Amino acid sequence: MARLYPDAAAALDGLLFDGMTIAAGGFGLCGIPEKLIAGIAASGVKDLTIVSNNAGVDGFGLGVLLHSRQVRKMISSYVGENKEFERQYLSGELELEFAPQGTLAERLRAGGAGIPGFYTKTGVGTLIAEGKEHKDFDGETYILERGIVADLAIVHAWRADPYGNLVYRKTARNFNPNAATAGRVTVAEVEEMVQPGTLDPDAIHTPGVYIQRMIVAADNEKRIENRTVRERI
Amino acid sequence: MAWTRDQMAARAAQELHDGFYVNLGIGMPTLVANHVAEGIDITLQSENGMLGMGPFPYAGEEDPDLINAGKQTITELRRTSYFSSADSFAMIRGGHMDLSILGAMEVAQNGDIANWMVPGKLVKGMGGAMDLVAGARRIVVLMEHVDKAGGAKFKAACSLPLTGAGVVDVIITDLAVFERADRKGAPFRLIETAPGVSADEVRAKTEAAYEA
Repeated sequence: MARLYPDAAAALDGLLFDGMTIAAGGFGLCGIPEKLIAGIAASGVKDLTIVSNNAGVDGFGLGVLLHSRQVRKMISSYVGENKEFERQYLSGELELEFAPQGTLAERLRAGGAGIPGFYTKTGVGTLIAEGKEHKDFDGETYILERGIVADLAIVHAWRADPYGNLVYRKTARNFNPNAATAGRVTVAEVEEMVQPGTLDPDAIHTPGVYIQRMIVAADNEKRIENRTVRERI
Repeated sequence: MAWTRDQMAARAAQELHDGFYVNLGIGMPTLVANHVAEGIDITLQSENGMLGMGPFPYAGEEDPDLINAGKQTITELRRTSYFSSADSFAMIRGGHMDLSILGAMEVAQNGDIANWMVPGKLVKGMGGAMDLVAGARRIVVLMEHVDKAGGAKFKAACSLPLTGAGVVDVIITDLAVFERADRKGAPFRLIETAPGVSADEVRAKTEAAYEA
């Protein structure tokens, strides 16, 4: 049953250990659990394997954990926005496993659903397929990809109720629901905690069974990575 | 005269049919949205979890929770739906996207595409490109005909690591359009050239074998 904690340090207490795997929701800087990332940075836990589509930017998002050298390995689909990442990777300090974006999302979904592996067409005939089992179905070739179960998942949601039912907002949903299912323990950071009965049970994105701990984060920066606008005519 | 980037995008827009669900790659393919013909109603997918992508917001109306796969601020439409990344790629991998338009560094005569890494250069990652080329029902490549050094980009075989094997259906360059009938061995055919560009010029700047 989900429990509400006063802050990130309290919510992460007892969950962190060196060498652990953490799955994080977010796409770029959109829908990232800012407070929980800061809490992990402050804890000093190290040698982390982070499963996240992106690696943040210098000094913000997961970039904070790279800067403090707490990350040993990233499993990501795109890491192009981060100079410190580049430096550590080129110097061999940081290990990197590229996973195609849809394969990464499905690996989290599968892990959370108790499915240890699945076959996909994505990546057949590319470097990604090297060393992976190939199998033909109905005349097409597929490769075996593994589900991911993380020691801890950290996610960001818009609204939650005290039972851990979560609702995300717009494209801030992204990897959050998939990461939420893939943690042995999942901590959610939510913008607003609402009274029981407020959320429409037909419109819950992540049912509370997946969430063990929560914090309220009403004052996140929510930085925009690439501000684009059109002219008023 | 070779086509400009906007003219290439306009040509690519002719590949869009009424009712299509379409994913446009980052860069030149996003320009295609500006050239959709009147009477053609398409729905744009953004692989970070949105169907029915609208235009950029007016200044002051940007929403940090509403971005596209290029992390640009965008808007929603009355038809918009949101979903998780796993659902987003389920609709891509499951063959529910009618068309994807992507850029490329190289395309081979067998339909191989390379657009995600150059050995020896820093690799940023493939993002969703491998999933898109493997999953969308029709793949249109939009690229310059030759690279900055003048080398052919439509080649006998890709020299760069592949994004997908045998997946390209249409190639639109600044000089010409190539198309093939199927992905089971049909050769690419030159079906159109830019105004004033001769078939001989296209041949001279192409390494791939194709039917005229």
